Amino acid sequence: MGDLIQLLVSGMATGAIYALAALGFTLLWQAAGVINFAQGEFVMLPAFSMLFFIAGGSPLWLAFLLTCVLSMIVLGYGFKRVIVDPLIKHGVIPLVIATLGLSIAVKSIVRAGYSAEAHPFPSPFPTGQFALGGINISYADVGTLVIAGLIVIGLQMFLNKTVTGRAMQAVAQNTEAAKVLGINVKRMVLYVFLINAVLAVVAALLVTPTYLAKFDMGDSIGQKAFFAAIIGGFNQTRGALLGGVLIGILENVVGFYVSPAYKEGVALVLFLAVILFRPEGLLGKSEERKV
Amino acid sequence: MNTNVKTIILVAALAAVAVVAALAKRSDVYLLTLCSVYLMATFGLNLTVGYAGQMSLGQAAFFGIGAYIAALALKAGVPFFVVVLIAAVVCFFVGLALGFPALRVQHHYLAFATLGFNVLVYLIMRNEEKITGGTFGISGIPRPSLLGFSMEGHLAYFYLTFASLIVLAFLLWWLLRSPWGRAFAALRDNPIRAESLGVNITAYTLLAFAIGAACAGIAGVYYASLVEFIEPGPFHFSTSLMMLLAVIVGGSGRFFGPVIGTVIIILLPELLRASNMEALKFMQKWYLVFFGIAVVVLMVWLPGGILSIGDRFRKGGAK
Repeated sequence: MGDLIQLLVSGMATGAIYALAALGFTLLWQAAGVINFAQGEFVMLPAFSMLFFIAGGSPLWLAFLLTCVLSMIVLGYGFKRVIVDPLIKHGVIPLVIATLGLSIAVKSIVRAGYSAEAHPFPSPFPTGQFALGGINISYADVGTLVIAGLIVIGLQMFLNKTVTGRAMQAVAQNTEAAKVLGINVKRMVLYVFLINAVLAVVAALLVTPTYLAKFDMGDSIGQKAFFAAIIGGFNQTRGALLGGVLIGILENVVGFYVSPAYKEGVALVLFLAVILFRPEGLLGKSEERKV
Repeated sequence: MNTNVKTIILVAALAAVAVVAALAKRSDVYLLTLCSVYLMATFGLNLTVGYAGQMSLGQAAFFGIGAYIAALALKAGVPFFVVVLIAAVVCFFVGLALGFPALRVQHHYLAFATLGFNVLVYLIMRNEEKITGGTFGISGIPRPSLLGFSMEGHLAYFYLTFASLIVLAFLLWWLLRSPWGRAFAALRDNPIRAESLGVNITAYTLLAFAIGAACAGIAGVYYASLVEFIEPGPFHFSTSLMMLLAVIVGGSGRFFGPVIGTVIIILLPELLRASNMEALKFMQKWYLVFFGIAVVVLMVWLPGGILSIGDRFRKGGAK
């Protein structure tokens, strides 16, 4: 029993990180119709950027803030202007292919231009663990859960309570109607790209201490983000959270009780089960087809 | 151009490749064979991606399944063409089983399902050591003999692969000209119209995907026999990605699109590796960077792939 609870806690922590990446992924899809296959690389790049600032002598918190700004400029605004804007009119598939190409290019730039090795990354949390009723829980897991939880709650509050947030939701639900109501659609879409860029930096901060900074670290995170988004429901922000946590927990449980070798396969099995029995995702609403 | 001229050009090109192979060094013949093997897989993928309009990111998984079936069956003494048939049938049905749930939903779901499937297949290859040999792989895979002639020699094996590729490509071409093939294209262009005209969308898309998978399985058998030693590495999902990009870069939905794409992804890096010039050595390290950026640029300027360049000029460069 004690084992199981420990697995649940650390699974939730990992899952919360997947959820952050998935959240950005869903937001992009809802508001801009973009499927970003380079989402994993959007987590990998900030990890190296933070390492770069740390090597320059800045403390971790400053490196994080600087990287947030940099990421909003490059991975938010730059990505939108250089890749998405010219491509969105060709439809989804060319954009998907372009983000696949981007993912290859970014990974190869880091590998050829910097290093193919895995680099250690400082943890924002104290090491060690504490005992709670005979169960050992690590500070890192609790810290990850708290930060990811705060971000998700904050984002939900922003989307539901503020005028800007509600305008962004309106754009996601019906772009034409939002335009008629006088919402600045272009600006709202830009906000979504900026939020995605920041979420990726937070995910990088939380995941890199355990995954290590490596040029291909995004492969696994990116995949989990897609699956989490679909399992939870592609058109629901809460769905991404549920999907991420579900994958995190099940991976841990399967890794412990069944076989650690097949941990990576859990997300796919869950995904196939969900689309067989509930194609719109666990929390999603089904979408009408457009002719 | 009229059809006769096209046929003559095609036959001349094929004959030229056959003659070049006879004169080339051993390593170049190997590369040509490798290219032919990958072409079997990418021709199949073009059916899925280009004609049926589905994204598949798992072609390397089927390629791998074919290769492992070949390794095990050929070592057990099963005749080569029986193995080819088994691999095709197995991959066809695995493709059906995988595509069925994904294709009931939206089109990009197949991309995710196949991507995950590839990860899973890779894990099985690496972990089930009793069957697949794990990371040590399987060595000593024999090459076939045909009507008493051994295909052991590199040139003989190239001709076998090349001839098989031509047969496979011809079958696909014939399939695409049949009513079935027309239905594939109708699906891609407007699925709802196709459905209202009585085309069963799910069944046809599934079929296109499964046939594409079977082609990859066949390619896997030729691959195993070519390299004589297999391990999980070449069947990683990054290979699937390159195969998909080969189809798109060449021009998806154009019959010879995969040829251009495959030459770019298979021959170009090898030629850069083999060269002695400093500048080309630099290119070799940065090759994937340029390739990735080129894909992005291509999607912005020429989303139809390299072979669509003629259409673009014919329309006067209009977007």
